[in-house]
Amino acid sequence: MTRLTRRSFATFLGASALTLAAPATLRAQTGPRLLVIGGGFGGASAARFARMAYPEVAVTLVEPWPTFITCPYGNLILGGKQTLPRITHSYDGLRARGVNVVQDRAIEIDADAKSVRLAGGAVLGYDKLILSPGIALQWGAIEGYDEAAAEVFPHAWMGGDGSQITNLRRQLEALPEGGVVGLAIPANPFRCPPGPYERISMIAHYLKQANPRAKILALDAKEGFSKQGLFQDGWAELYGDMIEWVPGNLDGRIVRVDTENRLFISEFGEEHRVDVGNVIPPQSAATIAIDAGLADETGWVPIDPRTFAARAASDIHVIGDATIAPPMPKSGYVANSTSKVAVAAALSELTGRAAPEDPVFFNTCYSHVGADYGISVVGVYRVTEDGIVETPDSGGISPRGPLSDLAEQRRLEAVYADGWYASITRDMFS
Amino acid sequence: MMKKLGLAIVVGSALSGPMPLMAHEPVTPLIAQACAGCHGQSGEGLGAVPRIAGKDRAVFIATWEAFRAGEKPATIMNRIAPGYTESEVAALADYFSALRAEP
Ligand SMILES: Cc1cc2nc3c(=O)[nH]c(=O)nc-3n(C[C@H](O)[C@H](O)[C@H](O)COP(=O)(O)OP(=O)(O)OC[C@H]3O[C@@H](n4cnc5c(N)ncnc54)[C@H](O)[C@@H]3O)c2cc1C
Ligand code: HEC
Repeated sequence: MTRLTRRSFATFLGASALTLAAPATLRAQTGPRLLVIGGGFGGASAARFARMAYPEVAVTLVEPWPTFITCPYGNLILGGKQTLPRITHSYDGLRARGVNVVQDRAIEIDADAKSVRLAGGAVLGYDKLILSPGIALQWGAIEGYDEAAAEVFPHAWMGGDGSQITNLRRQLEALPEGGVVGLAIPANPFRCPPGPYERISMIAHYLKQANPRAKILALDAKEGFSKQGLFQDGWAELYGDMIEWVPGNLDGRIVRVDTENRLFISEFGEEHRVDVGNVIPPQSAATIAIDAGLADETGWVPIDPRTFAARAASDIHVIGDATIAPPMPKSGYVANSTSKVAVAAALSELTGRAAPEDPVFFNTCYSHVGADYGISVVGVYRVTEDGIVETPDSGGISPRGPLSDLAEQRRLEAVYADGWYASITRDMFS
Repeated sequence: MMKKLGLAIVVGSALSGPMPLMAHEPVTPLIAQACAGCHGQSGEGLGAVPRIAGKDRAVFIATWEAFRAGEKPATIMNRIAPGYTESEVAALADYFSALRAEP
């Protein structure tokens, strides 16, 4: 509990005691209640911003894990450039700001009663709810790929307790000399469009030193991908022919896995034997969003792009990967940027402050291709009657060209990426 | 007495009353929130990303326009700058120039 002065402590006790008798009085005395579900990129950013900009609002954050392990920079663990403790973040900074952090899982949202039931049994009421629960993996969408199979072929696509990324790293270390690392990559939409290709790069970076005859076989359900030209330039420059990328139109889509025989099986029946397998399965919005009836038939949540209020429930603002918000990617930066607009929209009426009028949303995704080799994509987004659009003549990807001309650009972007990681995690947790 | 106090505290925290705001920190306006992900919440700069807090207003705008025109060497600001209107740049300049120049 945060330190309280003697005086406010007394008031605080007074208010609580009063409330036992008359719950209605409490609301007037303690101000509006903002409940945030999910303590990741969207939720932690929302809780922190709400405490800073709306100190009169009581903020509760529900998150099942005691600490947050970021997906961003997880690929650098595979590359040997990061460690798990350095990408693990505590909720103590948010607690110190007065956020009531509840370590539990939300299991049921009652939009009419405006309350949320937790796995531990507690029921929390709210005036406004921010839901940023991230994704669920579609077990079984690739035949044979279930939670048990993920121990053999890790996905490493959710932070969780960190065991998935650690598992993948351990398997890479044990790869036989000249062995094959297979990746199965899903169709759009999915979390972090450039993520699989940064992962390929970081695995190659590691293998180039540790196991230079090894091969990486990337089997993709798509025919093209984010920052493709930049990634493929980098792969050719840094890793020679170590990486083979197979697009969907060349039978790259994996439909079945066989963990016993370590096989990836393609749409047209080709069997690829892999020594290490990383399966990134198809995804949907997290279970809680679907169970609450907020998602549509695609499995993702439709929102009002100006406020991020769910189309199905106006007091619930959904942000982050769970939403349908093209052309913005499902990225941590977008979750962070939209969280602030969603908080301002949610709290405007309750606090009597102006709602954001013409929101500007922002994204940058840096990717590490090798040592001293970073690339990026930028987008500045606005809302028009056609929905969310990228601001004309802005944003886009890093320049392309021979490494001899661009070495300094690539080196600096890798360095600035580290600054981005430090800044954004501070904007979530400090 | 002890017992009563304990109960009150439990109830208080379960209902989560508002807590005092920490030391006087400036609250960044929404338009400048996008910058926080690289330059820090108060433009303080982090790692190699430069500090922009306390930058002279006119210099801020001139720098921005140089990024927009591709006249100042940049890895990324030349892609960010064209995404903002003149009046938005003025608002950004107002905010960041008013912050303290040194930590
Ligand atoms: C390998 C990889 C690399 C990436 N690199 C980048 C990058 O460089 N830049 C970038 O911008 N993005 C990157 N991303 C994407 C980024 O991780 C996501 O876009 C971001 O995490 C989305 O934020 P979110 O709040 O929607 O979900 P999350 O950050 O996943 O947070 C969701 C939280 O909700 C919690 N939760 C779920 N269900 C419940 C429930 N029922 N009750 C309570 N809590 C619940 C979860 O435990 C989790 O902590 C990367 C992703 C991957 C996989
Ligand atoms: C993705 C990271 C990133 C974001 C987001 C970002 N910047 Fe920058 N900024 C940089 C980097 C890196 C530089 C150094 C120049 C370069 O390489 O582009 C810089 C340089 C600058 C400079 C020049 C500083 C100097 O003294 O030379 C200003 C001014 C600036 N940024 C303002 C902003 C504002 C305002 C925003 C928000 C609208 C913003 N930036 C968003 C990364 C970022």
